[in-house]
Amino acid sequence: MTTLATAPALDLRTRFYEELDPLLDAHPDVDVVLAVIGSGYMARAIERHPGRVIDVGIREQALIGVAGGLALAGRRPIVHTFASFLVERPYEQVKLDLGHQDVGAVLVSAGASYDVSAGGRTHQSPADVALISALPGWTVHVPGHADEVAEILHREAAGTGRVYVRLSGQRNSRPRPVDGRLHLVRDGGGAPGVPLVLAVGPMLDTVLEATADLPVRVAWTATPHPLDADGLRALAGPAPVLAVVEPYLEGTSAAAVAAALVDRPSRVLHVGVPGETELRRYGTPRDHAAAHGLDAAGVRRRVTSLLG
Amino acid sequence: MTTTSPTAPPVETSRSVPQRVRDLVARVTGDEKHDPSAHSTLDVVWTLYDQVLRVDPARPDAPDRDRFLLSKGHGPASTYAVLAAQGFFPTTWLDDVASFDSPLGHHPDRTLVPGIEIGSGSLGHGLPLAVGLALGLRGRSPARVVVLVGDAELDEGSNAEAIQVAGRFGLANLTCVVVDNHSDSLGWPGGIASRFALEGWSAAEVRTHDQPRLTAALRHAEADRPTVVVVDTTPAPTGNPDPTSKEAA
Repeated sequence: MTTLATAPALDLRTRFYEELDPLLDAHPDVDVVLAVIGSGYMARAIERHPGRVIDVGIREQALIGVAGGLALAGRRPIVHTFASFLVERPYEQVKLDLGHQDVGAVLVSAGASYDVSAGGRTHQSPADVALISALPGWTVHVPGHADEVAEILHREAAGTGRVYVRLSGQRNSRPRPVDGRLHLVRDGGGAPGVPLVLAVGPMLDTVLEATADLPVRVAWTATPHPLDADGLRALAGPAPVLAVVEPYLEGTSAAAVAAALVDRPSRVLHVGVPGETELRRYGTPRDHAAAHGLDAAGVRRRVTSLLG
Repeated sequence: MTTTSPTAPPVETSRSVPQRVRDLVARVTGDEKHDPSAHSTLDVVWTLYDQVLRVDPARPDAPDRDRFLLSKGHGPASTYAVLAAQGFFPTTWLDDVASFDSPLGHHPDRTLVPGIEIGSGSLGHGLPLAVGLALGLRGRSPARVVVLVGDAELDEGSNAEAIQVAGRFGLANLTCVVVDNHSDSLGWPGGIASRFALEGWSAAEVRTHDQPRLTAALRHAEADRPTVVVVDTTPAPTGNPDPTSKEAA
């Protein structure tokens, strides 16, 4: 890690931009590929690494195609824009120019789910993790703290795989281990049959608040895909009562959870952004969290219903 | 994807392609009837491998090799035949294309075939990939990147993005070959080459049977800009005109 003159940013997206300059120093094969968005926030990286921050303009098909070509040339592309323009608009390019070519890249999105609440549906992509997870060979990280962002970026920049890093405006108060595993955060008194709530990424603090006085254990992961099935099985026990709280499309992890628990009777609740209706409202991310039942009160209602 | 009309125009291949390579193409297509999609590319692909590209079949992954990207992946027979003729893989592979056990499919897969640089088939992916590849190699390798697209394939908007990016970035190590068999749906008023030229490319137009000019155009590179070679595969007006040649699909 490079020592910064000022305290590192707490906002995940800002920390990503700050980290690019030391990242380009540390990894000579890394290039950053942009479609305008973000280019105004990384002046130091652009100035200090000529030719290694590649802005293709507002051309998202070229964004992914160029990244695939760079990877074919042996480069390690880090590709960034809003989730809706990184995953949804060039989805076939993600499938073919990266996956089918069997090359890697680190896709880093901003504007998770309803972060851009005032921007409306055009700038919201709650299905991003489900879409990426539907393609072979991807790892999805959903960090909840800026320090986690830096650690994930440096590790994945040194790798070769296909990686999706989802940066959210929502964050937790402290960093947690981002080793791909599930971690028990609250043991609920230690009894093995106590229901388990799995919080993904930035949902942890909300889940802890929502369940503060409920008889549940709380676990956490920053890596929902591939899901740490062994960790889940160990924590869930022989007859799990489980709630999975994700900050994106509800049920995104349902198949992975079901596969992990197929050998035991279980009751599983999935909490996330509902997919059946489009919320045609603006307002703040907090407004949207409340409307989707993803604030502390909403999560508490849902978890309580599972316990009842 | 595209369809090939039964009334597709006749394709004129030059006599420079050896008979043994033509025979290999016939082994892929399974009969003597010329598949326009495959054969329209034969002159270009043979000339590239015979005269232009620095590649070594014994070292298909050599870091500084020139790259040939077949973007128009729905007509891979001629590319397969040329690669086999050059020794990238055994010619026996040509006899059961698209069987379950064959590494050769109706659309090529780079992970299965030595010498195939990209998996293609869905149109409009090769040129953007070539732009990224040229960017990644520029200043690090003497390798050239040559990508072959079809005139109908240019309908895909992803190509417009890539043409613009390559021109602005001055990718001198990139050549795009447009095999123009006049099969695009809505036409290109003003011509194909002019679109590239407007975006800062060096543009040449040649006829596929004009072997000396074709070879020269494919070898040509500028110091500061990418090159496009638009190759017309229909017979020359003074050669063997065919009044139905506009009935393309």
